[in-house]
Amino acid sequence: MSQIFHRSTNALARFTIFGAVFVLAFLGWAMEMIDRGSWETRAVQVRQQPVPFSHAHHVGGLGLDCRYCHTTVETSSFANIPPTKTCMNCHSEIWNTSPTLEPVRASFRTGESIRWTRVYDLPDFVYFDHSIHVNKGIGCESCHGRVDRMPLMWQNASLQMEWCLGCHRSVQDHIRPRQFVTRMGYHPPPGVSQQEIGQRLMKEYHIQDVRTLTSCSTCHR
Amino acid sequence: MPDGQEVVEKQAKSEIIAPGYTFGTVTDQISAVVLTKKTPLFWVACFGVGFSLLLVFLWAVALLLAKGVGIWGIRTPVMWGFAITNFVWWIGIGHAGTLISAILLLLNQSWRNSINRFAEAMTLFAVACAGMFPLLHLGRPWLFYWLFPYPNSMGVQPQFRSPLVWDVFAVSTYATVSAMFWYVGLMPDMATLRDRAKNRVARVLYGMGAMGWRGSAKHWSIYETASLLLAGLATPLVLSVHTVVSFDFTIAILPGWHSTFFPPYFVAGAIYSGFAMVLALAIPLRSVYGLQGLITDRHLENAAKIMLATGLIVSYAYIMETFLAWYSGDIFEEAAFWHRMTGPYASTYWALISCNIILPQALWIKRIRTNPVTLFIWSIIVLIGMWLERYVIIVSSLAQDYLPSSWGYFHATRWDWATFAGTVGLFMFLFFIFIRLLPMISIFEVRTLLPQARVKGA
Repeated sequence: MSQIFHRSTNALARFTIFGAVFVLAFLGWAMEMIDRGSWETRAVQVRQQPVPFSHAHHVGGLGLDCRYCHTTVETSSFANIPPTKTCMNCHSEIWNTSPTLEPVRASFRTGESIRWTRVYDLPDFVYFDHSIHVNKGIGCESCHGRVDRMPLMWQNASLQMEWCLGCHRSVQDHIRPRQFVTRMGYHPPPGVSQQEIGQRLMKEYHIQDVRTLTSCSTCHR
Repeated sequence: MPDGQEVVEKQAKSEIIAPGYTFGTVTDQISAVVLTKKTPLFWVACFGVGFSLLLVFLWAVALLLAKGVGIWGIRTPVMWGFAITNFVWWIGIGHAGTLISAILLLLNQSWRNSINRFAEAMTLFAVACAGMFPLLHLGRPWLFYWLFPYPNSMGVQPQFRSPLVWDVFAVSTYATVSAMFWYVGLMPDMATLRDRAKNRVARVLYGMGAMGWRGSAKHWSIYETASLLLAGLATPLVLSVHTVVSFDFTIAILPGWHSTFFPPYFVAGAIYSGFAMVLALAIPLRSVYGLQGLITDRHLENAAKIMLATGLIVSYAYIMETFLAWYSGDIFEEAAFWHRMTGPYASTYWALISCNIILPQALWIKRIRTNPVTLFIWSIIVLIGMWLERYVIIVSSLAQDYLPSSWGYFHATRWDWATFAGTVGLFMFLFFIFIRLLPMISIFEVRTLLPQARVKGA
C-alpha cells in the first residue's frame, strides 16, 4: 500500500504542534497589549476642543492655580468646568479681539455654554469623588499628569481599574501634604523619603486601610 | 474449602466476549460500522432528533443573549433554578466514563475494554453540555474569561475562596484530561481505520488523527505508559470534580446545603447516574449494530451491579441526611427537610425517592438485571431520579431558607425546558456524530480480551 503522507509531513506535524504554543502565546500577549494600548484606552491622545485652550500656557506659563477655574474640586465629587465668565475675567481685557477666542465671546454674549470635549470620562458604574482625593492629599498631578506641560489636554492614564487599584493599594507612595495638592512637579523635600511622608500623612489624614480602599463597594456603589 | 475455590477458578476462566471471535472479525465488525455498513435508520432518527433539539438550544441561547437570564424562571430567592440543576446532572453523568476508563483500567478490570470508548465520549459530551449552564447562567456569558486568573487590566483576580472558582478549575481540568485520554486511546484505532478506508479523504483525515501511528513495539510501549499516566491523572478527578461541585452547596450556609457528607454522596450519585447513562446508550446501540457479542449481557449486568451499589450509597446518604436534620436539633435544618417532604416540592421529593431508592431495588432480581429491555427502562428511571435529586436540593433549599418573608416558589419557564432539552440535543448530536465517524468500541483493547490474546506460560 502506498503511503498516504509524504515524509515531509512529519516535520510539518512537529512544526505545527510546537508552533501552536508560540502562536497561542503570541495571541495572548497581543490581546494584553491591545487591551492596555492607547487605541483601547485613548490615553495620551490629544482631544480636539472648540477653543484650543492651553493648560501649558495658563498653568505652566502664567502660574494659575487649578482651583482658580475648577472651583468645586475641594467640595464636590465633580471638578467643574469653569463658566465662560471665568474666562472673561481676563479675556475681556486681553486678547479680546483674538479670532481664536471668538467662541468664548460668543458664548458670553448668548449665554450658551461652550461644548468642551470631556477628556477624563469614567464609566457610569464607577463612583469617583474629587473632593475626598484632594482633601486627603492626592495631588491633581497624580491622575492628570503634568497639566502644566499640556498645550492641549490629553488623558494621562489608562483609567483602567488596575490603574485605580495601583494607588488604592499603596497610597503612601502617592500622598502629599494638602498644601501641595495643586503643585505641578511636586517632590518630597530633600532628605525626606516619600515613604516617610507617606506613612506620616496616612495617619494624619486618617486614610482608611487597604482592605477598605480596595473593597468593591468603595468605588462600585 | 477446595470446592469454593474451584467455583472461583471457573468464573475467572469464563470469557467476557462471546465465543467465536477472532482478531480479524473483531476489527471487521467494529470498523464496518464506520466504514462500510449502511447507516441504519436508528442513527438517522436519533441524529435527527438530536439536531432538531440542538436548533432549539441555539434558539433558546440566542434569546438568552438578547434578553438576558430573565427568560428563565430564576427569581429571588431561587436564583439557581434549572441552570445549576442541569449542570450538576450533566457533569455527574460524565463521571461513569472516567470511572470506566481510568479506575477500572488501574484495577485491571479488563471487561471495561468493550465499553470504555463510548463511555469516554459520553463523558466529553456530557461535560460539554454541563459547561453550557454555568456559562449561560453568568448573565454576561461573553465575559466568561473573567473566571480565569489572567493578567487583566482590572487589577483583580477571581475570588479563590469561592467554590465557584474551584469549579472552573475542576471542570476545565476534567474536560482536558478526559479529552486527552480519549484521544490517546483513539490513535491506534484511527490508524486501523486509515488503513482500511477506501476513500481518499477518509484515509487522509483518519491518518491525520492517527498522528503517524504505525503500531511498532516502540509506539505500543509509549502508548501504554501514556495511557497509564493519564489514567493516574484521571483517577483522582473522578472523586475530585464532583466533590468540588458539591462544595458549591456545602460551603454555603443554607439549610439543606450546608453538610459535610455532600462530597461522597455527590460522587456516588454521579457514578450512579453515569452508569445509568452508559446503559441507556449501550443497550440500544448494541442491538442496532449487532454488537451483542462484544458488549455482552455480562457487561450490562456488571454495570447494573455498579448502579445498584452506588444507588445504595445514595440511599444511605438520603437516610442519613434526613436523620441528621432531625438529630442535629437545628430547627432550620429540620424545617428544610420537613418542607422538602411535605411542602410545595413534596411531589418532586417523593418522585425522587421512588426513582432513586425504591424502584432500583428491583435490580436485586437477576431477571430484571439481565434483561436489556427492563434494564434500559431502569436506567432511564435512575436518570430521571438523579435529575430530580439535584432539582430538589437546589430549588427546595433556596425557595425556603431562614426568612419566611423571603420564601418563594420556582416556576420553570418554557425557555428553561428548551435549554435543558437543547443540551440533550447537543449531547445526542455530538454522540451520534461520534458513532458515525469513529469506532465506538476500542478495537485493539477488545482484541486483548480474546482467548487468543493470552500468552501461554507468561
